[in-house]
Amino acid sequence: MQDNKIKHHLFVRENKSVAFSGKTLEKVNSLISRYPEGRQKSALLPVLHIAQEELGGYLSVDVMDYVALLLNLNPMEVYEVATFYSMFYLEQVGKYVLEVCHTGPCAICGGEEVLQHIKDYLHIDTGETTPDGMFTLKEVECLGACGSGPSMQVNTEFYEHMTAKQVEKVIEDLRQKTEEEGSSKGWAEQFS
Amino acid sequence: MGRAILLDKANIPGIRAFGVYRAHGGYNAAGKGLLEMTPAQVQQEVIKSGLRGRGGAGFPTGLKWSFLDRKSTRPRYLVCNADESEPGTFKDRYLMEKLPHLLIEGLILSSYALGVRTCYIYIRGEFKYLVGILETAIREAKKNNYLGEKILGTDFSLEIYVHPGAGAYICGEETALLESLEGKRGNPRIKPPFPAYKGLYDCPTVVNNVETLAAVAPVIGMGGETYSKLGFGKSTGTKLMSACGNINKPGVYEIEMGLPVEDFIYSDEYCGGIKNGKMLKAVIPGGSSVPILPADLILNTSRGEARLLTYESLAEGGFESGSMLGSGGFIVYDEDACIVRNTWNLTRFYRHESCGQCSPCREGTGWMERILYRIEHGKGRMSDIDLLVRVAKNIEGNTICPLGDAAAWPVASAIRHFRGEFEAHIK
Ligand SMILES: Cc1cc2nc3c(=O)[nH]c(=O)nc-3n(C[C@H](O)[C@H](O)[C@H](O)COP(=O)(O)O)c2cc1C
Ligand code: SF4
Ligand code: FES
Repeated sequence: MQDNKIKHHLFVRENKSVAFSGKTLEKVNSLISRYPEGRQKSALLPVLHIAQEELGGYLSVDVMDYVALLLNLNPMEVYEVATFYSMFYLEQVGKYVLEVCHTGPCAICGGEEVLQHIKDYLHIDTGETTPDGMFTLKEVECLGACGSGPSMQVNTEFYEHMTAKQVEKVIEDLRQKTEEEGSSKGWAEQFS
Repeated sequence: MGRAILLDKANIPGIRAFGVYRAHGGYNAAGKGLLEMTPAQVQQEVIKSGLRGRGGAGFPTGLKWSFLDRKSTRPRYLVCNADESEPGTFKDRYLMEKLPHLLIEGLILSSYALGVRTCYIYIRGEFKYLVGILETAIREAKKNNYLGEKILGTDFSLEIYVHPGAGAYICGEETALLESLEGKRGNPRIKPPFPAYKGLYDCPTVVNNVETLAAVAPVIGMGGETYSKLGFGKSTGTKLMSACGNINKPGVYEIEMGLPVEDFIYSDEYCGGIKNGKMLKAVIPGGSSVPILPADLILNTSRGEARLLTYESLAEGGFESGSMLGSGGFIVYDEDACIVRNTWNLTRFYRHESCGQCSPCREGTGWMERILYRIEHGKGRMSDIDLLVRVAKNIEGNTICPLGDAAAWPVASAIRHFRGEFEAHIK
């Protein structure tokens, strides 16, 4: 039906190859087929989510160029989009990104104190990563969890009703977590 | 007033699964609509019901549907707005998490009425876990012939796809949402043309909120006439309120429209009163974009009548002494809350979320944020207050999309009702 199906490109930059696994590529193809023919650009946001998650944790220029190639887009069309949306990271981030909501409803329920406590506890400011590469701290705007604030997301997992004590526990639990336990359902697995 | 027609099944164990939902009468409305009614009849029932958009503006849903360009030979689209990013609003998330099949049932009926064969649910990317929940529900519905080809043996076919955003409040605005769905930056489009004529891929498109579309299922189930008798006056039916802030019981509540605000705040059935026995100071009743009201004006209108949770009653008194029902994001502030700090906080939000296309919004939100920051941090001047009012006025009505207004109203209303507090910060 769809003739804009993509093939398995090998994309090599600076001797590093950037490419989805065969399984992910199948998912990407099925995502593209959700949009009318010639509208494969519509798949850009979901594909960038998958790319960020599976190809290094952030959107390097190489990764963006690879996505452009896959979706038959101009690289600029991908950069434009990647720079617009706050969930896309353009630089290396820690293994766990702590995104703390600092918008009004969370702020009046103790959100500002929680944020300050994380800074003190991890000795980093917002936008920074701990030297061991484990945690990056970010302030974000309303996460749609205002009734259970202060809220925070760690790699898109919700953590709600945060207190100073609670975040310490979350951080310590994450430190303990092994690779296997740590992998909650990824972007590609969300889609049927 | 505790009549639940959307969330009545929400607490049934396992209701997220197709079988359980079906066993409790789920998809009966879809069956009724598709097997016993024509698309025009379904639309007629929605018109009769008086259902109004639950995404913020309260526009009559049936009327909006009647604007759809039906002469065009191009495909038509229904887009479900699940971007839910308005601070204080978390009702759609609750509905989708608890009752994904209710939304799908509403989408089937709405698509049938509109002659749509492809429907997208645009959901904010932060709700990643809901993507999986919705996709599972869609797969189940398809397996049971409520989606896919020739639904229930009729000639009607429908596919529903979930499409994630990636963190941008502005993508809740319907034309920005369509841009985003096309894989672009979320820059709102100039209207007209309206989406009903030129929407997704330049095709006729209807964009409705999650709660609006879910409500179509009970509307068809009980009939538009019966639905219209629920509620109060032109605010028919029930509304999901998401309550947060300094209250004892934050959460999502379904109310029959017409419930007095006072009951909503103080009754144990809903917010359960102000936390720690404090006094009520102010409320933003419809998401951060609508005007804030001080305690006396949220409980009673300036004419001394009890304020009700309806579109009309909350707007009573205009912007002088009223506000809006908006998205139903109900933010409560106790006596200790600092209005100046809160106004600065919300303005920072709008500054951050402005797409930057129009200078009044891009520059104005920046100006307001800097001035409010200065006041909040003890460096303000008395003239700053009127300057803020002026900047807000210059944004209002001078922008491509209503985000500009949404940024201006909180500032203007905070100064209108709490000027003394701003002055005290400066003195
Ligand atoms: C800045 C801005 C943000 C918006 N965010 C949302 C949103 O998150 N969800 C929503 O349903 N509508 C949102 N809207 C309203 C939509 O533009 C649109 O009116 C609505 O989805 C129509 O659905 P309804 O008629 O069912 O309410 C927003 C509007 C503006 C101006
Ligand atoms: S009003 Fe603001 S958000 Fe809306 S289009 Fe203009 S700059 Fe963008
Ligand atoms: S304000 Fe923090 S989740 Fe909404």
